[in-house]
Amino acid sequence: MIAIIDYGVGNIFSLSSSFKRIGANAVLTGNRAEIEKADKIVLPGVGAFADAAFKLRETGLFSLLREQAEIGKPLLGICLGMQMLLDKSYEYGETEGLGLVEGSVKPICDYIKKGLKIPHIGWNSLSFTKNKSELFKYVNEGECVYFVHSYHGADCDESVIATTEYGGTLTAAVQNKNVYGTQFHPEKSGEVGLNILRAFCEI
Amino acid sequence: MITKRIIPCLDVKDGRVVKGVNFLGLADVSSPVKLAEYYSECGADELVFYDITASSDGRRLFTDILCEVASKIFIPLTVGGGINTIDDFDRVLKCGADKVSVNSGAIKNPSLVSEGAKKYGDQCVVLSADIKRVNGRFTLFAKGGRENTGMDAIEWIKRCCENGAGEVVVNSIDTDGVKGGFDIEMLRAVTDAISVPVIASGGAGGIYDFVKLFKQLPGVDAGLAASIFHFGEVKIADLKAELRKNGIIVR
Repeated sequence: MIAIIDYGVGNIFSLSSSFKRIGANAVLTGNRAEIEKADKIVLPGVGAFADAAFKLRETGLFSLLREQAEIGKPLLGICLGMQMLLDKSYEYGETEGLGLVEGSVKPICDYIKKGLKIPHIGWNSLSFTKNKSELFKYVNEGECVYFVHSYHGADCDESVIATTEYGGTLTAAVQNKNVYGTQFHPEKSGEVGLNILRAFCEI
Repeated sequence: MITKRIIPCLDVKDGRVVKGVNFLGLADVSSPVKLAEYYSECGADELVFYDITASSDGRRLFTDILCEVASKIFIPLTVGGGINTIDDFDRVLKCGADKVSVNSGAIKNPSLVSEGAKKYGDQCVVLSADIKRVNGRFTLFAKGGRENTGMDAIEWIKRCCENGAGEVVVNSIDTDGVKGGFDIEMLRAVTDAISVPVIASGGAGGIYDFVKLFKQLPGVDAGLAASIFHFGEVKIADLKAELRKNGIIVR
């Protein structure tokens, strides 16, 4: 069973539907016992970092997610959920993240050519790092996925498993052992996205 | 590289897609779910659903359909029509919409844009503007293009972007339905004025109109059309092949 973390942030309808489509048993939950029982965890999220971090702490899920990741359970963060995996964010001040993947969340405007539109909205292609992650085993280099974001993972160094080009190189996905994150939305990226979720289910 | 988006638009009334549709091989051509699936398979980058129902029964039916579409189609969905309050945002977002398009509702209540952006983020709020030249000036129209607001359209769009609109759909009433091409002059005026993504709407008559749009205005991010896709006059796969041939990056 896959636990999709419910902490009142973002739109999870499509994410739940995506797992249903690929035949995975995913449950939307904020319940500790259920999350502990799950084989895998998905952390979604849309909106502001500080807000989401506050909600995770308030519900006690912050420490639970750290524990679960540390015992080796596969965890996938999506969009803001990916950003939440990093050490900290500089969106409206400085906020501590889960610290499961090295790096910090910084505005993309410092990483792209001036004059480009922000947010980075739309379908953009993926480039993989040397050792292709198992998350992308059903995806080919250059295939497009759907992005919507104004911040990205900076200084993730060795943890970066995919990038995308938008007048500069942006972090598209990260991994630290059993912890994965995608800046893009696999649940909105057509067949390519479903294939990424499929691969996650098979980890 | 970010790709240019091709967006079919479906007007839904009483649970059916209006503007007759004649696809070969589609049994139920006015079913929003079937049509959405078809477009998704053909390579549409995003879909826009406009609820043009007036009754509350129709509105419920629309949200039911939206839920069904969103459980089967995994590309971004934008929903518009009848969005007047923050509750309307909630209603469609809960059904799986990713973005909400506001038009007359924002003209009546300009704080709708900032409220939506504050609650759901700028990326969620799409401003749709119906614009027509009146005495040589780009003028904003309301109520599906029936009512002249007397407002300067460019100023209105700038104001909404400052308030948090994350994308703008520019619908030229002057070129809409004429099938003579997008309104390049109007679109240029908008792309010069704002820095959020611009979606061109109104006037597409064939594949070449999209090539011309993206070649002449690199600042336009997406092209939206309804009937030419519904009638099968333009097939999305052919359109994308032609754009690629012309050096325009598409998915």
